[in-house]
Amino acid sequence: MTLLSVAGLAVSLGGKQVLREVTFSVGSGEFVGLIGPNGAGKSTLLRSVLGLLPTDGALQLNGQAIAAMSAKQRAAKAAYLAQEREIAWAVPVETVVALGRSPNRPGFAALGDTDRSIIDEAMRRMDVEAFRNRIATELSGGEKARVLAARALAQDTPLLLADEPTAGLDPSHQIALMRLFGDLARDGKSVVASLHDLGLAARWCSRLILLDRGRIVADGSPENVLTRETLRAVYGVEAFFGEADGARIVHPLDLAGPPRAAT
Amino acid sequence: MTGNSSYRLLIVLLVAATLVLFVLSLTVGPAGIAFGDSIAALFSSKADAVALIMREIRLPRALLGLMIGATLGLSGAVLQGYLRNPLAEPGLLGISSMASLGAVLAIYTGLSAAFALALPLAALAGAVLAVVVVQAMAGTRGNSLLIILAGIAVTSFAGAMTSLALNLSPNPFATLEIMFWMLGSLTDRSMTHVRLAGPFMILGWAMLGSLGRSLDALTLGSETAASMGVELRRVQFLAVFGTAACVGAATAVSGAIGFVGLVVPHILRPLVGSKPSRLLLASALGGACVVLAADILVRLIAPERDLKLGVLTAIVGAPFFLWLVFRARRRLT
Repeated sequence: MTLLSVAGLAVSLGGKQVLREVTFSVGSGEFVGLIGPNGAGKSTLLRSVLGLLPTDGALQLNGQAIAAMSAKQRAAKAAYLAQEREIAWAVPVETVVALGRSPNRPGFAALGDTDRSIIDEAMRRMDVEAFRNRIATELSGGEKARVLAARALAQDTPLLLADEPTAGLDPSHQIALMRLFGDLARDGKSVVASLHDLGLAARWCSRLILLDRGRIVADGSPENVLTRETLRAVYGVEAFFGEADGARIVHPLDLAGPPRAAT
Repeated sequence: MTGNSSYRLLIVLLVAATLVLFVLSLTVGPAGIAFGDSIAALFSSKADAVALIMREIRLPRALLGLMIGATLGLSGAVLQGYLRNPLAEPGLLGISSMASLGAVLAIYTGLSAAFALALPLAALAGAVLAVVVVQAMAGTRGNSLLIILAGIAVTSFAGAMTSLALNLSPNPFATLEIMFWMLGSLTDRSMTHVRLAGPFMILGWAMLGSLGRSLDALTLGSETAASMGVELRRVQFLAVFGTAACVGAATAVSGAIGFVGLVVPHILRPLVGSKPSRLLLASALGGACVVLAADILVRLIAPERDLKLGVLTAIVGAPFFLWLVFRARRRLT
């Protein structure tokens, strides 16, 4: 079933064309890695899907036009994990995670038992239960990232959009997060995550979309997208390709020569 | 959650303090009426001098202290939450200064002498104008930085125009009246002022009070809040127009009373666990306490000299704010 469909998406920000002719769709049960160099338009693409930007083209969530949906309707379908780890006030971790339940609660209703169990489950999955009573703004960057990821999980939506969710995490929590996204996909949900770590993308994503200068240049399985030629052309790097435990390993080694023309 | 009972206790304490200060405010004044007599006069059907003083002078003064304090505390808490900036305050949007400008123009042109309500009405018109300009400049996409910048521009312009009015003032009495009005005071206000400001304040409180849940979500930034179902445009509209309605009305009847909207949310934030939605009611009650207490103090400290309320809040508020900064520095280093 198609959960998200994007057709002919074009976005201009401040007079600069950031995305053009972007067309793809995401079905349920997919874990899509969104990769591409800095400035390729990954964050803009995620924010467009959330209806946060003025866009051209047809964007649909569950068969409904995103522009026509209210913020509340969108919040029931898609959760967003922003790249900026912003927590403005010194609130306890549990309060931050509980915010994820707010779209599902009417008016001034308090948290119900279902909400509590979803919050606890989200905290358990992101391994932040141990500091549920600590002040969120006093945590380290990686801990904060996990708390905010738990907040997004607590929203419990069919689609999760995550902007560089692994940045700043230690290797074990990076892998745990990628595994978790894979589990969500196996449960029939979908995850679209922008990533810079090609090794993680190759090993854990079910599909990769490679963006370069606002266009999709490759879309498919990690094996098909991460090739020597595309890495050289898009990132300008040479990489080591290998295999371990039946999964692909991609590790960038050095800049490709001759140097890529500056754009 | 663990904070629930301490939050309830705080609210109960603040309600009790507000009530005590309200009653005290009713019983303090130059007329020197005994406590029991004054309260009895308020509810008696007699029309003697004591009843007149209580109903026409002290009751409106205490009511306005309560309403204006609640307005400043609530709007300060909402604006700090909305702009995610602990330095935000009602004056930031240019509403107070444009309301002042409206009042100053009413005095300057002699309108206020011709027609008693001209001054508060002109002040309200100033507040509306400020909010229209700020909203138009900031646009509909809900960018808080643009709101701050537009507010600063409007504030500077209103300040310059007020100075111009003082500069060109036709007679020294008008100049003096303008100066005294701008200092902020609750002296000699009547029930007419309460009835004029009341509806705007209640409307403003309702708009600001509905924002609790959205402000909680905004803790994680505006885009994350939007992804959690918060309509940013609606929040901006309610925050800006709600502030204009109640702060405009407050400034219209009392002049500018500084520091309450900035300091009160600051003091209470740690006591409510920093959650923006919990700060709203607490800060409204706290603001009412501070303004009522300050208005009692100006009557006790210098009963003969008509010490202005706005002067006292700034004299006490500014050093207190410095102490808050000092404490924050100690925590940071």
